[in-house]
Amino acid sequence: MVAVGVLALQGDVREHVAALGDLGYEARLVRRPTDLVGLRGIVIPGGESTTMARLLVTSELRQPLSEAIATDLAVFGTCAGLIMLAGHVLDGRSDQWSFGALDVTVRRNGYGRQVASFETTVRVAGIGDVPGVFIRAPRIVATGEGVEILASHDHGDGPAPVLVRQGRHWGCSFHPELTDNRAIHAAFVASL
Amino acid sequence: MTAHDSSTVGSSLVKRGLADMLRGGVIMDVVNPEQARVAEDAGAVAVMALERVPADIRRDGGVARMSDPQMIQEIQATVTIPVMAKARIGHFAEAQILQALGVDYVDESEVLTPADEENHIDKWAFTVPFVCGATNLGEALRRIGEGACMIRSKGEAGTGNVVEAVRHLRTINAQMRRLATADEAELYALAKDLQAPLPLVREVAETGHLPVPMFCAGGISTPADASLVMQLGAEAVFVGSGIFKSEDPRRMAEAIVEAATHFRDAETLAKVSTGLGAAMRGAELASLEQRLAERGW
Repeated sequence: MVAVGVLALQGDVREHVAALGDLGYEARLVRRPTDLVGLRGIVIPGGESTTMARLLVTSELRQPLSEAIATDLAVFGTCAGLIMLAGHVLDGRSDQWSFGALDVTVRRNGYGRQVASFETTVRVAGIGDVPGVFIRAPRIVATGEGVEILASHDHGDGPAPVLVRQGRHWGCSFHPELTDNRAIHAAFVASL
Repeated sequence: MTAHDSSTVGSSLVKRGLADMLRGGVIMDVVNPEQARVAEDAGAVAVMALERVPADIRRDGGVARMSDPQMIQEIQATVTIPVMAKARIGHFAEAQILQALGVDYVDESEVLTPADEENHIDKWAFTVPFVCGATNLGEALRRIGEGACMIRSKGEAGTGNVVEAVRHLRTINAQMRRLATADEAELYALAKDLQAPLPLVREVAETGHLPVPMFCAGGISTPADASLVMQLGAEAVFVGSGIFKSEDPRRMAEAIVEAATHFRDAETLAKVSTGLGAAMRGAELASLEQRLAERGW
């Protein structure tokens, strides 16, 4: 069984660890560069992208994680994790940086503030219906040619991709880890 | 594939979910857009917008109320992270206004002057989630019963003294451990002693933890304070007066953010604690005229 980790600087780390645990993977918590050694896949959880971006720098993880993602490490980002993977971020801070592993443009809080956060059902290609929990979620507003759209959702204002894949990297606007449906995590680990 | 929309806002999962996203982070009290910018730059996961930090509320006296909406809106326009704001205990009209402003979390807070001496806000009636303070498990479960989606220790706000927050966390933990070892027949009497709803008492007995995230507030002033309360089981920290009443707020804010992530890593804590300048001066509890933690019940 391959080694998988969860970036454990801030956010809903525990839920991702539990999801991977249900699938038989004992996830490694990643807080320092040495925690990356031997990993095949890593999850970047939900949380605040500005906080994670800062902690990635102070924890000396930005450079090694960036290099690993560019060479052979597979990444799955949910919500803030998707923002950290996006090539372009709208409505972020002026100095907002991201790994750029997915050729997508996301708008931070693109579905509105917390009072507009919602639960719905999302239909995923090859999987079927899964619960979709959107919390101050980023909205994918553009995707490049190499990006496979696995699910879209129309929140009354036109369809937008909500689960995408580009090669070994996956990004999701919502939080599969907050429910007990493990289908998306299972698809990610199966791809490793 | 595109699913057509049939979605729900304001569900418990969505409200508690935002609290889950804040775990491992620091929520900072700010009184103007400049401070909000410093907080976000330092890596805060959220800011609490209020007119005066608790240390100043304590000094000034008088009735402390919800902040001016203009000030809250200016802070919302300045930062990209969640913005929280405080309503008085029982003051559901202030909470309605805060919801209309689109704040991301409402703190029904003992730091403000209570508006109702018997009833807290019926928090189920709102789309916006609420955080409430607690000094013990019974109080925490009563607030959750009323719809709170996050619990924080009360501590003694505005003192820079962490002793009350530690007392509250240790009390809640000890009471949860007691429930975890109780047999089914004992839970009825324990629920009565805690003055807490039986279904929630059962849930804690089964799971060993609160049904919502437990954060810590009240008197946290240094990276070491943040580490202490997180090692005692707090999942994130609120820092009120401790940052902007310190000598070098920017550095103190950055250091507490790192401490909240690496709270078990003493070497990192030593590094970030070095050369921070003076923490807020603080107060011995015996010298206080008003104990804020006694507000709410």
